Amino acid sequence: MTELDIDTLIGDPKTRILVCCGSGGVGKTTTAAAIGLRAAERGRKVVVLTIDPARRLAQSMGLTELDNTPRVVKGVSGDGEMQAMMLDMKRTFDEVVLAHAEPERAKAIMENPFYQSLSAGFAGTQEYMAMEKLGQLRAAGEWDLIVVDTPPSRSALDFLDAPNRLGSFLDGRLIRILTAPAKVGGRSAMKFLNVGMGLITGTLGKIFGAQLLTDVQTFVSAMDSMFGGFRERADRTYQLLKAPGTAFLVVAAPERDALREAAYFVDRLAADEMPLAGLVLNRVHRTGAPQLTAERALAAAEALEENGSGATTVAAETLAAGLLRLHAERMQVMDRERLTRDRFVSVYPDVPIVEVPALPGDVHDLEGLRAIGALLGGRD
Amino acid sequence: MDQVDRRDPDWEGVRLHVVSGKGGTGKTTVAAALALALAADGGRTLLIEVEGRQGIAELFGLAALPYEERKVATVSRSRLGLDGRGPAGELYALAIDTEQALLEYLDMFYKLGRAGKALQKVGFVDFATTVAPGVRDVLLTGKACEAARRKGPDGRRAYDAIVMDAPPTGRITRFLNVNSEVAGLARFGPIHGQAQAVMRVLRSPETAVHLVTLLEEMPVQETVDGIAELTEAQLPLGGVLVNMVRPPVLDAAAVDAVHGDHREEVALALGEAGLGGRSKSAATVRAAVEPLLDPLLDQAREHSERVELEREQRAALQQLKRPTYELPLLGGGVDLGGLYRLAGELKRQGAA
Repeated sequence: MTELDIDTLIGDPKTRILVCCGSGGVGKTTTAAAIGLRAAERGRKVVVLTIDPARRLAQSMGLTELDNTPRVVKGVSGDGEMQAMMLDMKRTFDEVVLAHAEPERAKAIMENPFYQSLSAGFAGTQEYMAMEKLGQLRAAGEWDLIVVDTPPSRSALDFLDAPNRLGSFLDGRLIRILTAPAKVGGRSAMKFLNVGMGLITGTLGKIFGAQLLTDVQTFVSAMDSMFGGFRERADRTYQLLKAPGTAFLVVAAPERDALREAAYFVDRLAADEMPLAGLVLNRVHRTGAPQLTAERALAAAEALEENGSGATTVAAETLAAGLLRLHAERMQVMDRERLTRDRFVSVYPDVPIVEVPALPGDVHDLEGLRAIGALLGGRD
Repeated sequence: MDQVDRRDPDWEGVRLHVVSGKGGTGKTTVAAALALALAADGGRTLLIEVEGRQGIAELFGLAALPYEERKVATVSRSRLGLDGRGPAGELYALAIDTEQALLEYLDMFYKLGRAGKALQKVGFVDFATTVAPGVRDVLLTGKACEAARRKGPDGRRAYDAIVMDAPPTGRITRFLNVNSEVAGLARFGPIHGQAQAVMRVLRSPETAVHLVTLLEEMPVQETVDGIAELTEAQLPLGGVLVNMVRPPVLDAAAVDAVHGDHREEVALALGEAGLGGRSKSAATVRAAVEPLLDPLLDQAREHSERVELEREQRAALQQLKRPTYELPLLGGGVDLGGLYRLAGELKRQGAA
């Protein structure tokens, strides 16, 4: 197993983008925030883009509302700077529209009921908008390190497909069909389509109902001029992710399900030739007394409970037995975690790993993030 | 014991059980256990997976499930470790493939035939299931409602209960509400009708949305928020399923004791238990147990901190005043045996 050296990664000025991905509930957002803070305190100018942080984690960075703008995190020591933001899907989408369309057209788009539902967050929009925002942050050039958290689902990597999907949609016939009736000269455009045009529009009308079809058509044709821009941006972001300077971190916990998802992410990134820096394994249990095995601790606990000989008080014996049982449990948990991790390592021997010990409570403040950052950096 | 085993289930009349929860809380496992429990008295249950993870196949030790309702287990009271006899029930599973679901949907409602093929050819299917966000959710909820309402040729329901392993809590309200959004978009026409019909099922007393949580701060907070959102959206609330509950190893007195200074007493006890070696010299034994003391006491302090946190979280959950069920943490992850154990536990507590 190779060690993942987070400090070298974030200390390297050539590292410009860090993307954290992984399944939900493994501490992904916390990891992103902790890495951001550590990098900032080591002198970098960092922005952390979070998707849907737990309230107290957001508060720990001083984020109280979702306002789609990076805010300076107060209390960061050293020469660096940390900013953080929460993604506001709708606002990001609106900004794209405003940037690409004439004011009048932008207004028409934003008033379209189809657009309103779409931008307010149908599943999937989040992934697209996260990438859009990443592109914007990068283009703004105000930060030398961008740390991105991804949506908590397998579809978190859907953004990798965005350029292709948009591409095949734009180059496909569907868009021509959808835009045709609303375009001047649309009728002639239809002649190029060799599928029975009436059949298609008729069917779409049948499915959508005439009114919704009109809404969709109005939306698509209003967006038509922007789609090209969309694709270009999606393409650029995709290339940016592949380019040197970007690194992906897969975050997991030492549990079967979480590591299975991690394996999926590792494979997926490899398939797209995305640069994987390594695996962050959160919530790994440790002990200060590894020399005492679970079996011996249990045997000793039983001995104390059964025939404590009165060298000390019964209360102390009970307490000591409890401590030993607790230790036995800890050793068993550690065994299982090691097994689970080793299974992953045997399949992915060249993925560097950093382990972060389990902490009893959740993170509530900068101090907590700093502590996790130190553990990530390997200095506990 | 028999009385406890035979208590009336809390969700009589519910046909569609939607199981959500924060990521990492074991939502899929709990959904599967609930589906098993619901079939234990001879019913027929369908377990639906929507996120394309093939978690059900993994749990039941099967190869990836195709888009097809397939029997994955036969279950009876005795199999779940419960008293009493009865007919065996059946558990079916379905992993929904959105693309195929769309074609099926189009075919079922519009009898498209050739036109369906044409739509596929121009990329509509691809567009609808991938580029157009939201369509997925419409299909998934629609499919679950269809299964819940389906009747066989004999007029009987095809399934007694449907359990849906749904998207996580953060997304669940929007997911279930997608059809009211759609019904608002398509103000009339077939889509409107279909969306309305799905919403009627989802808002009816035949549906219950259960939330899976852990006794940890973030999952509990999400559960609290989730319940508020579901209530506001007028979606029927189910129970709270607390997963992976650890029995306290130290009792309350011991937890208190950990904070006192009991170093020397504990050292004596450890020596007595033989952990200081065989020396007759008390000083040697004391020195030998020394390296164990701090780690053991630290672990105990961590434990007591955790027990305290769990107590707070339990209190927060109680405030919700929802039927609450607790499932034990199974060491070594959940295998098939563990799954049946959890199912028995749910049945005993009245969740099924």
